[in-house]
Amino acid sequence: MVRKKRVVLTFPHSLVDKPITYHLVKDYGLVFNILKARVTPREEGRLVLEIEGKRENLNKGIKFLKDLGIRIEPLAQDIRWIETRCTHCGACLAICPTQAFTVDQKTREVFFDKGKCIVCELCIKACPYRAMEIKF
Amino acid sequence: MAKTIKEINEKIRKGKAVVVTAEEIIDLVEKKGVKAVAKEVDVVTTGTFGPMCSSGVYLNLGHAKPKIKLGGGKAYLNDVPVYTGFAAVDVYLGATALPDDDPRNKVYPGEFKYGGGHVIEDLVAGKDVRLKATAYGTDCYPRKEIETLINIKDLNEVVLYNPRNAYQNYNVAVNLSDRVIYTYMGVLQPNLGNANYCSAGQLSPLLNDPYYETIGIGTRIFLGGAIGYVAWSGTQHNPTVKRTKNGVPKAPAGTVAVIGDLKKMSPDWLVGTTFTGYGVTSTVGIGIPIPILNEKILKYTAVKDSQIYAQIVDYSEAYPKGLPGSLGEVNYEQLTSGKIRVKGKEVPAAGLSSYAKAREIAQILKGWIEKGKFLLTEPVEYLPSVDSGQTFKPLKERPVK
Repeated sequence: MVRKKRVVLTFPHSLVDKPITYHLVKDYGLVFNILKARVTPREEGRLVLEIEGKRENLNKGIKFLKDLGIRIEPLAQDIRWIETRCTHCGACLAICPTQAFTVDQKTREVFFDKGKCIVCELCIKACPYRAMEIKF
Repeated sequence: MAKTIKEINEKIRKGKAVVVTAEEIIDLVEKKGVKAVAKEVDVVTTGTFGPMCSSGVYLNLGHAKPKIKLGGGKAYLNDVPVYTGFAAVDVYLGATALPDDDPRNKVYPGEFKYGGGHVIEDLVAGKDVRLKATAYGTDCYPRKEIETLINIKDLNEVVLYNPRNAYQNYNVAVNLSDRVIYTYMGVLQPNLGNANYCSAGQLSPLLNDPYYETIGIGTRIFLGGAIGYVAWSGTQHNPTVKRTKNGVPKAPAGTVAVIGDLKKMSPDWLVGTTFTGYGVTSTVGIGIPIPILNEKILKYTAVKDSQIYAQIVDYSEAYPKGLPGSLGEVNYEQLTSGKIRVKGKEVPAAGLSSYAKAREIAQILKGWIEKGKFLLTEPVEYLPSVDSGQTFKPLKERPVK
């Protein structure tokens, strides 16, 4: 069974220059798509990946990364819709490339679907009320 | 059958007034007809909740011991500069003011995390705010500097006074250029990537009284969660724009200046707002009741999104250069569907004004009137309408010799 996961990888400084994701393809037959990458000088590296493959291989690949000392968190934890700051104006709607925001035509309230988010961060700049927060 | 405001107020006092929102009235009129509804309904409530940059607060800070004269000096609230050109301890805090050390757009697009609109939100939320000021010192006001925490509850007067709010209709902003632009109409993606509009449409106060026949100077309103008043016509009030057959302006037209006691307001309805690459502002909640004095006024309040048109304007060139012309017009039914057509292209559309909050304001105001807590007012003076010939003039630059 093919499964898909979106994860945030945090690389310690010692691993930043190692070709690690390459092994996910070669050794575990996983397909990945880099959604976002950031390496800060003398700090750690962060990579947001969408990984796709057989369930068994996916688990093995993730174990491989963990054993190397990479911290793995599900993507959703890093994006937060602060509902109390949201005024349901809709400034995020037209700017989101994956339609992660929808508006209920009846209540006219905005809803954020984490599952559709690819962390492009466009909504963060577009939200006038700073209701979208990212820790990446 | 014509009614008077006096008669309506009598019914409000007795808890017998029939009040509906500008949204509810649409179906009601379609179902029962103008004649019947004009008899039945006494008041229609409107609402709007959007960024309104010409907003601010004047504060009387009270006198310190020894005294300091801020007039002619410099003063800051949470590092945001306030205007001091009044007497000793009156200052005015504008919604778009920024701390002196804010990098603005030096690193483009600027983040504009905190400014006047945010100080207003903090004040109204009852948070302590840091006052820092310097003055030149006089015989009667010897002190030259002060730094202290202040709180809204301890100040003498804290008054929201907004010179221009509640625009009657607005532009739909798009970007024809090939780069992202950051505007007061939000982030606009290149090559018609998105379209942003900013009006509560069928719920918006002045769109429900297109010729200002009931809303005027002295009108009691919902402002920032409390009772406020229309103080004057707003700046850039422009009644003479093109209108549809039913009288609704097809471009930004009328505006109102509003005033109210900030101490009674709520941070839910005065929200500090940031436009990336543009600046800060305040998002203000306003609701205006419209007395149904006759069938004509009722008909105006039954206006619906499909009958309200706005102009599509390019904010990459036409707007900044002040060039006339529009890329076409769309109605609010099309805009709220989330998709419009511009130059043959389907463009995703989104609002900057919250319809959900506008609806909530209209409902709150309806509740106040139904409970007899809010009486309607006869305008002391009407706002300039179409017959005034008043227009919105550009600045004529002249050489300085």
